[in-house]
Amino acid sequence: MKVRVNIVLKPSVLDPQGQAVANSLIGQGFNNIKNVRQGKILDIEFNSNEVDINMINEMCEGFLTNPLVEDYAIEEINT
Amino acid sequence: MKIGIVVFPGSNCDNDLFRAFEKQKLYEVIFLWHKDTDLPKDLDLCAIPGGFSFGDYLRTGAIASKSPIINSIIKFANSGRFVLGICNGFQILCETGLLPGVLLRNISTKFVCKNQILKVCNSNTSFSKLYNENEEVNFPIAHHDGNYFVNNETKKMIYDNDQVAFKYHKNNPNGSVDNIAGIYSQNHRILGLMPHPERRVSSEIGLDGERLFRSLNI
Repeated sequence: MKVRVNIVLKPSVLDPQGQAVANSLIGQGFNNIKNVRQGKILDIEFNSNEVDINMINEMCEGFLTNPLVEDYAIEEINT
Repeated sequence: MKIGIVVFPGSNCDNDLFRAFEKQKLYEVIFLWHKDTDLPKDLDLCAIPGGFSFGDYLRTGAIASKSPIINSIIKFANSGRFVLGICNGFQILCETGLLPGVLLRNISTKFVCKNQILKVCNSNTSFSKLYNENEEVNFPIAHHDGNYFVNNETKKMIYDNDQVAFKYHKNNPNGSVDNIAGIYSQNHRILGLMPHPERRVSSEIGLDGERLFRSLNI
């Protein structure tokens, strides 16, 4: 089984990297840019086909994200 | 007093910190490896140096905060003994939860490396008692993720318990909440700060950091 963990900064947290990307896009002539938020994606492959979602949440909350400043979403992906 | 400097893959201020303590001729200083599972029984202070542990992968300090030695450091801290984290060490202490808050990317998105004036905000702790309240000191900063972030509720708690250790003075180099450069735990026995006092312990370039390393033995 494979899952994709999408990590983004919480809306209340300033994202200077996303802002720099947005400014660059605007500078390149993409004038329709309102905002960019930069996040990260982790694709995780498991040995077994059945994986406990609670375990994935535990991984996300205890290590893969910092819950003070980041939100995450899990999706199952097909290879 | 016995002081242990924890070395992670990617630590690069470990020798500076070792020498800053050793130079005082007050302490026995040893290195500890991040894979050690136990701390020496007679250890008095555990210090986590600056650097880029595990290449800052995932989040700064995150991977180091799960190293084998961390559980013993948490127990050590919870038993009321001293812990010091400088720069990456501060980031690691925040990730372990021993200190509140988190260090985010600098608001400028740039790495900053320069001298920085700080204000001593609490001169009543074991780390700061040789400084005067509100004294201005010059410690260098060198970081990419020094933007201290904490929610309003925790910020109130930090002020209520007098946990702010140092503030950036005259300018804010990284976007930190309230110019905060360093904080203490509730019992004031854990100190985390982004600036590098260990780089100000020689008469050639300045001695502002020295009192921090001397104060523990008094």
